[in-house]
Amino acid sequence: MENQKNIEPQKAADLLYQMLLMRKFEEKSAELYTKEKIRGFLHLYIGEEAVATGVIQTLKPEDYILGTYREHAHALARGVDAGAIMAEMYGKQEGCSRGRGGSMHLFDKEKNFFGGNAIVSGHLPMATGMALASKKLKKGNITVCFFGEGAAAEGEFHEALNLASLWKVPVLFVCENNLYAMGTALRYSHSMQELEKKGQAYGIESAAVDGMDLLRVMEAATKAVDLVRSTGNPYLLVCNTYRFRAHSMFDAELYRDKAEVEEWKKRDPIPQFREYLLKENLINEEQIGEMEERLKQEIQKAVDFAEAGTWEPEEDLGKFVYTQNSAS
Amino acid sequence: MSEMIKITYREALKAGIREALTNDERVFLMGEDVGRYGGAFAVSKGLLQEFGEDRVMDVPLSESGFVGAGIGASLAGMKPIVEVMTVNFGLLPMDQIVNNAATMLHMSGGQINVPVVIRMSCGIGKQLAAQHSHSWEPLFAHIPGLVVLSVGTHEDARGMLHTALEHPDPVIIFEYTSMLNREAEIPADAGPMDISLAKVRREGKDISIITYGIGVHKSMEAAEKLAEQGIDAEVIDLRVLRPLDEKCFLESVVKTHRALLVEEAWGSINVSSEVSARIMEKAFFDLDAPVKRLGGVEVPIPYPLHLENASVPQVDDIVNAVIKILRP
Repeated sequence: MENQKNIEPQKAADLLYQMLLMRKFEEKSAELYTKEKIRGFLHLYIGEEAVATGVIQTLKPEDYILGTYREHAHALARGVDAGAIMAEMYGKQEGCSRGRGGSMHLFDKEKNFFGGNAIVSGHLPMATGMALASKKLKKGNITVCFFGEGAAAEGEFHEALNLASLWKVPVLFVCENNLYAMGTALRYSHSMQELEKKGQAYGIESAAVDGMDLLRVMEAATKAVDLVRSTGNPYLLVCNTYRFRAHSMFDAELYRDKAEVEEWKKRDPIPQFREYLLKENLINEEQIGEMEERLKQEIQKAVDFAEAGTWEPEEDLGKFVYTQNSAS
Repeated sequence: MSEMIKITYREALKAGIREALTNDERVFLMGEDVGRYGGAFAVSKGLLQEFGEDRVMDVPLSESGFVGAGIGASLAGMKPIVEVMTVNFGLLPMDQIVNNAATMLHMSGGQINVPVVIRMSCGIGKQLAAQHSHSWEPLFAHIPGLVVLSVGTHEDARGMLHTALEHPDPVIIFEYTSMLNREAEIPADAGPMDISLAKVRREGKDISIITYGIGVHKSMEAAEKLAEQGIDAEVIDLRVLRPLDEKCFLESVVKTHRALLVEEAWGSINVSSEVSARIMEKAFFDLDAPVKRLGGVEVPIPYPLHLENASVPQVDDIVNAVIKILRP
């Protein structure tokens, strides 16, 4: 890891904590899944933490964020309460979407976190539209839209990029290229695999970055966000990364070699960043020990909150279909 | 009683849009050829010149993209009127409409409203053959979370949009191409129309003809012919296809004891199927005859005029069906 910029020790510690929280939170989620506390689909972000962390730390609270169905980490990075996320995955009404959404549909309007969108690429046009509204209303905020490389094969990706460029709206498209669209490798899903060029085809400034390296992601994201904010134009940032875990909890991983996974794990963004911080004396072992203790407590607190949560009464089933019937 | 003016259906629609653009800066019209071309059916002719290109936006042929963008803009504080040129292209943005517009409020646990209005022209009658003659009101009426309107009269053409824009949830408005040049009288001060109720367009005591859209005029004409034969038919315009105002048509059936359901959409699993089922469930013992449905013949719409006409119920079909029920 190269030193891109000077980083304040406190910020460095916060970022490490955030990535560790994502990792531990999801490991706990996987465990709770096997215990059948969490059901449905559970898509883990493990291995990709540097992307959400690096991009979201550059944003302002008024910026809009749209994520995919693999969005626990993004929600955490945005400051959505870990307990509310866990309760959502339990299906409890104390969840951040009142339990109606589950793992794939985390929402928090106050945090400007707009999902949790589980139709691949379906949220890209919405992101363009939200940025269009910001432009029309002169809000000054930007929209950031995360999606995988699988989404870049969908028509809606191309429509959304074309419209964003045509209308010159402040949206940052962040492609999390983890090399597999479910079980289909990049080389089987894209005729042209340098994904950043797809942005250039629409006249959108684009860049690719090593998504396993937090400092590089931060540097690239800062540049991208500054540009979107100052010019009001869209930007495509491709973060090349890797998912260590299966696509979902149902995936037997027949489509890739274990050796390949092990090779990528050597580039795990979390130990990489931790070693860097230790080497640069930005953190010490004692502080890391304290951090791990704090993490344990935060995750336990989240689980306790979810466990203590309540089920929405069945007679409320018809709520939230129309606003009129949604009073809580 | 206020003064009446003669107006075409097209002019009534345009007056509604023009008023919306005038009254609220957040309203904008977006769609294919709505601006420079003047609207594929000249409904928005002149509005670009009057309101400028930020308020009347031509969009590229990317229905999923711009409908999604309209949904996104509505999430972020705008009040978009999205025009899908014809319902025939309405399947392309179906994912946006079903998975985003209709679903967001629910899966966010009531946090996120989608106050978008989507207009589509539709209907058969111009020899446009199988891909341009669809009646897909039932497809949209199937989706919880949507408000689905059918504009069967000039007053509704003038006034439904206003109320739709005030609604916090997504509203789909079906307008009928073959009615555009039709003239009718409406009050000079015609304004907002409710979007929750079905309406009795003609009172009668012998049979309830329950219909919507283009079926309203055909049924009214049929009712006049039936009157000449001493049959007094009541005509119900459903207007709102979701959520259905069942109170209106059940009361009518309880009064007349007979029902004929008329629509142009394919006969199986259409709006009439639902109306029929509700009559069976809630007014069965008030019936003096089986409910009869007159729907579209289940064939892709053919090009030749005589076959096209034979594909959907015509005035004489309605007259004959009523006579068969009343004088078997």
